[in-house]
Amino acid sequence: MPPIDVELRNVIKEFPARRNETPVRAVDDVSLQIDDGEFFALLGPSGCGKTTTLRMIAGFEETTYGEILIRGKAVQHVPPFHRPVNTVFQDYALFPHMTVLQNVMFGLEMEGVKRAEARTRAIQALELVRLPKAIDRKPRQLSGGQQQRVALARALVKKPTVLLLDEPLGALDLKLRKEMQFELKTMQRNLGITFIFVTHDQEEAMTMADRIAVMDQGKVLQVGTPEEIYETPATQFVADFIGETNFIRGNVLSSNGKYITVKLDETTTMKAVSDQPVADNQEVLIALRPEKINVFAAKGTIQYDEGSSESTEDYKKALLRDPNINLMRAKVLQDVYIGTDTRYSLDIPGNQDIVARVQNFGLRSDTYFTSGQEINIFWNAENARVLTK
Amino acid sequence: MADQALGSRSAGGQAIEFDQGKIRRDMLIRRIGKIGLLINPIFAYFFLWAPIIVLVVFSFNAGRNVFVWQGFSVQWYTNIFNNTIQAGTEAANFNTQQILNAVGNTIVVGIAATIISTALGTLVALGLVRGRFPGKKALDAILYLPVVIPEIAQGVSLLVFFGILFDYAESVSGSRVSYGLGTIVIGHVVFCMSYVAIVVRARLADMNPRLEEAARDLGANEWQTFWRVTFPLILPGVVAGALLAFTISLDDFVVTFFVQGVGTSTLPILVYSMLKRRVPPEINAISTLMLLVSTILVGVSLAMQGRNAAKRT
Ligand SMILES: Nc1ncnc2c1ncn2[C@@H]1O[C@H](COP(=O)(O)OP(=O)(O)OP(=O)(O)O)[C@@H](O)[C@H]1O
Ligand SMILES: [Mg+2]
Repeated sequence: MPPIDVELRNVIKEFPARRNETPVRAVDDVSLQIDDGEFFALLGPSGCGKTTTLRMIAGFEETTYGEILIRGKAVQHVPPFHRPVNTVFQDYALFPHMTVLQNVMFGLEMEGVKRAEARTRAIQALELVRLPKAIDRKPRQLSGGQQQRVALARALVKKPTVLLLDEPLGALDLKLRKEMQFELKTMQRNLGITFIFVTHDQEEAMTMADRIAVMDQGKVLQVGTPEEIYETPATQFVADFIGETNFIRGNVLSSNGKYITVKLDETTTMKAVSDQPVADNQEVLIALRPEKINVFAAKGTIQYDEGSSESTEDYKKALLRDPNINLMRAKVLQDVYIGTDTRYSLDIPGNQDIVARVQNFGLRSDTYFTSGQEINIFWNAENARVLTK
Repeated sequence: MADQALGSRSAGGQAIEFDQGKIRRDMLIRRIGKIGLLINPIFAYFFLWAPIIVLVVFSFNAGRNVFVWQGFSVQWYTNIFNNTIQAGTEAANFNTQQILNAVGNTIVVGIAATIISTALGTLVALGLVRGRFPGKKALDAILYLPVVIPEIAQGVSLLVFFGILFDYAESVSGSRVSYGLGTIVIGHVVFCMSYVAIVVRARLADMNPRLEEAARDLGANEWQTFWRVTFPLILPGVVAGALLAFTISLDDFVVTFFVQGVGTSTLPILVYSMLKRRVPPEINAISTLMLLVSTILVGVSLAMQGRNAAKRT
């Protein structure tokens, strides 16, 4: 286990109330442990308290309650300029009256590093972010991507224990964004600095982070690796926020360990997995990712690529040999062809609509279903998870 | 090919009819509007500038008569500079020495008032923009008071204020202090400070507060943050405010009139006392020179503020 770099213990941040209003709880009882050298993402929708959390770690905001520890030391009373933490601001906050080089040297001068050495180190930092040619320009003469690199160099040159990044790629266009995501990740690995990275873009968080904390309305809903967050979302919000998800409602018929059987309507049941114990007859919400659903024709034969074929009835029998397979009829409400995939809106028993995402392997005509058609769908119970809340 | 395609398309759609009469009427209205827009500022500027132009022109008049043009001459200027105005001559009850004294007073007061009001005004602006304290909104509103309340009220209130202060000082120390350059400077600081604070505050409010946070994040303490980041960024505003303060101080009459002491006349006060009998042509010359200095200072101040605006983007 690597040592813990940054720890938040039950941190609450309340902004004082304006006239006739209740105080704003921007951060509500957040506890986090961020390991040394980790790339940690704070992910959540606008206004969920990501920036406020970051600003408390940097020291720009005081906590209303709770503790923040950096390398095991409580830092509540340590001003920002004494914390071993540096920030890359969302709008970069480069000093407009200084050149690029002066911007990067600023932090070193504040440490009392000699000018010549500060200059050498600043140039090294600018080389690291691949911007050694622009040293004498003013920030406003740089493009957004270049400014972003200067902001990064200015923070990295200080060799912080922890680097805080508040949506640093937010202002860049998609292509540059992707490039920078990759570069940042590589840089973080090579330098071994802990990154706390704020974003509201789930794809960005998934691409870059070792672990993600999903926040909503000031609370941390789930902390985990991208895979954990995606495959086993803890709450409906997390499941919905990270990628696309179907929510299926049903009443618990029986349970057997973590496997439960849920009744969708009088004739249809399905199996799902629940981490928490559930009571019989309890209504539950089940998350099922669209790409976990498989589809095949209701009748006739299934053609395989190698030329063989099988009747749908035989195929069904083979499937049902696995007790974890949920198999049922569905009606195609809408089909949308999107190149690599086809998206089907389906009506399943219990009058619920779900979405299935099917990869387009063969020719379109072979596997394509159209609206109004009755089809078979199936998925593994392991992929259907009961949500808390 | 393309023509055909276009033709068939317009034939298929509705034919468009322009109402020629309506167009002509609207064009006419537009033309009248345009002429109006041109004439309006001409009139406005005429009334604004005509008296000033007359003053400047007649400062170069060869004759003593202030109303009849009698040829070009710079004699009123040379009179001032050559010390050839004699007390007791004809209409002028003053001499060059008095003018030089007044100019000296004006400049001393101007510089002192500018330095003090720039320092205080900048601090006020910093407090109002960056500070967090109860009653900030009210203080913010009060900032404009010295700019909007009648100067005469300000003059009277200062007179009363100093009177009480002097009485108290006498009762404590036994010796009497009185009106003089000091009271003029304080009087000027009172209203100049507001102008400085307003200009600097505008600059500060435009400044990204993240810049100061970035400085502290990079290891600068409050003092270093101010001198390395905040101050250089508001400097154009501070200079603009200082120039404005200096200009206002230079030609202030009302407040100065109330709080001046014996022998501490500033130039505007002297000009007024010269006017009491007749309008000696030297006055035109002095006024023109004052106008020149003020215009230059305000011009530089505006240029500085313009540079702020350009830098912001
Ligand atoms: N200085 C402040 N005073 C009062 N309320 C504030 C202040 N700063 C933030 N808030 C409130 O706290 C909540 C969280 O704000 P925060 O800036 O942390 O959100 P965020 O997750 O960073 O959002 P975004 O993705 O839009 O940047 C919001 O409701 C916001 O209105
Ligand atoms: Mg934010």
